[in-house]
Amino acid sequence: MRLIYKILKISNKQIDTINMATDIIIHDKKDNVGVVVIEKITPKQDCACWIMEDDSSTNIQSMDEIPLGHKIAMTDLNEGDTILKYGHDIGKVVKSIKKGEHVHVHNVKTKKW
Amino acid sequence: MEIPKSFLGYKRENGRAGTRNHVIILPVDDISNACAEAVANNIKGTIALPHSYGRLQFGADLDLHFRTMIGTGCNPNVAAVIVIGIEPKWTKKIVDGIAKTGKPVEGFHIERTGDIGTTMKASKKAQEFVMWASEKQREECPMSDLWISVKCGESDTTSGLAANPTVGNLMDKLEPMGVHLCFGETSELTGAEQVCATRGATPEASDKFMKTWNSYNDFILKEATDDLSESQPTAGNIAGGLTTIEEKAFGNFQKIGNCKFIDVLEPAEEPTKGKGLYFMDTSSAAAECVTLQAAAGFNIHLFPTGQGNIVGNPIEPVVKLTANPLTVKGMGEHIDCDVSKILTREMNMSQAGDELIKTTLRVANGRLTCAEALGHKEFVMTKLYRSA
Repeated sequence: MRLIYKILKISNKQIDTINMATDIIIHDKKDNVGVVVIEKITPKQDCACWIMEDDSSTNIQSMDEIPLGHKIAMTDLNEGDTILKYGHDIGKVVKSIKKGEHVHVHNVKTKKW
Repeated sequence: MEIPKSFLGYKRENGRAGTRNHVIILPVDDISNACAEAVANNIKGTIALPHSYGRLQFGADLDLHFRTMIGTGCNPNVAAVIVIGIEPKWTKKIVDGIAKTGKPVEGFHIERTGDIGTTMKASKKAQEFVMWASEKQREECPMSDLWISVKCGESDTTSGLAANPTVGNLMDKLEPMGVHLCFGETSELTGAEQVCATRGATPEASDKFMKTWNSYNDFILKEATDDLSESQPTAGNIAGGLTTIEEKAFGNFQKIGNCKFIDVLEPAEEPTKGKGLYFMDTSSAAAECVTLQAAAGFNIHLFPTGQGNIVGNPIEPVVKLTANPLTVKGMGEHIDCDVSKILTREMNMSQAGDELIKTTLRVANGRLTCAEALGHKEFVMTKLYRSA
C-alpha cells in the first residue's frame, strides 16, 4: 500500500496524518453510508475509508460493484431505517440492505414526497 | 495564501465595477429578437440577448420581466445598451430603468418603421457605443467590488464532498473582505430547509427564508403531477450517485461555507443591505438561476459541477469547477478549476479554496472562462405563470 506522509488541513484544524490511498469517504461519524471516490470498487474488495469529520479511518469489505460517487452501506440496514449522510437524514430504506452493499434508488427513497 | 486586495475591473458611472465590458442589444420581447440579432450581426463586438417572452405578461410576472431586463442592462459588466422593442412604451420603461446607472443607453421601437429601418438606426447607435466602450481600460478595483453568485449543476456526490465545500471555503475567505455573495435554488434546499433557515443572520432573514421555501413547496404540492422523482434529483444526478432530494440539498448547502445570509431577495432583485451573503428565490435550472443573479448585479459566477453542466451566461462569466476526475478527463474543456485531488486527499479544502480564488481573480481580470471560449450565452428569463 502506498503511504504518503503529509500535513492535511481539515476545516480549520491542522492534523498530521498518514494518508493511505482512500477508496471511500464518509462525511460524518454518524453516517451509515460512505461515498466511493475511486473509479469503482469490486465485490469482496477490502476498502479503506476516511471519515472527514474527525480524520479517522476504518475499513469495509464491499459486497457489490459500486461506481465512483455512489454509496456503500457501512452497516446492515432494515426497511424503514433512516439513511444518515452529512450527519443528516437523507431518506428511508425501502428494501433491506446488507453492510457493504450498494445504496441507491433501488433501496432508498426520499421522505419528502 | 495571502489573498490579493484588488482585481482589474471596469469602473462604471454609478460606482460599481465590471469584470467584462459588453455592449448588449436587448430585445424587450420575443418578436424583437430578429432585429436585435441583426444589429449584433452588423456591429462587431456587441451581443444580442434573445429570449422567449415579453408580451401580454401581467402582475408579478410582468414585474419580474422588467426587473430582469433592467437589471441585465444595469449590470456593471455591461458598458452600454441598445434596447429594441415592438412598441415605444415598454421600450422606454426599460431604457429609463437602465439610464439611472448613468451608462449610455438608447431605445428603438419597430412599429411604423419595420425591422430594416430599425436595424439601420439601432446599428448606427450600436457602432457609436461599441467604439466608445472599446477605449475603456481596466483599473485597479478593491475586492469588495466583486459580487459573486454561486449555483451548482449536474451535481453528484463529488459536488457535496468536494466542489461545493471548495466554494464554501472561498466564501469563508472572501466574505470578510466585503464581497457581495449570493446563493439561490429554493427547490434544491428541500430536505435541508430547516438547517438552512438556521443560517439566517437575523430572525427576520430566517423567517423570510422559510416563507419563501414554504411558498415554493406549496406550489409543488399543488401543481406536481408526480413526486418530482425524475426532476429532483435529475437523471444526471442519479447517474452520479445522488439518491434523494435531501442528499442533494445537503450537498448543495455546502456552497455557503460557514457564512450567514443577511437577507432574502426576490428573483432578480438587487441587494441593498450592503456586503455579505444573500439568498435569492430562484429555480434550480442553471440558465434561469444565473440569468436572475446577473440581473441582480452579480459580476462573476462560480459553478461547481459533478457530472459536467456546461452552462454560460452572456454577461456574467461562469467559472466551472469539479471534483469528479471522470468529468475532468472526459470534458475538460468545460472545467476552469480542477479540484479532483481532494478525493485522493492530495489536496485539502483550504488549498482547493485558494486555487478557486486564484482562478476567480484571473477571470475577474479578464481571462476568458471555458464557457465564454466555447460560446455559451444562455440567457433565460424566468416566467412565473401563463400570459394574458
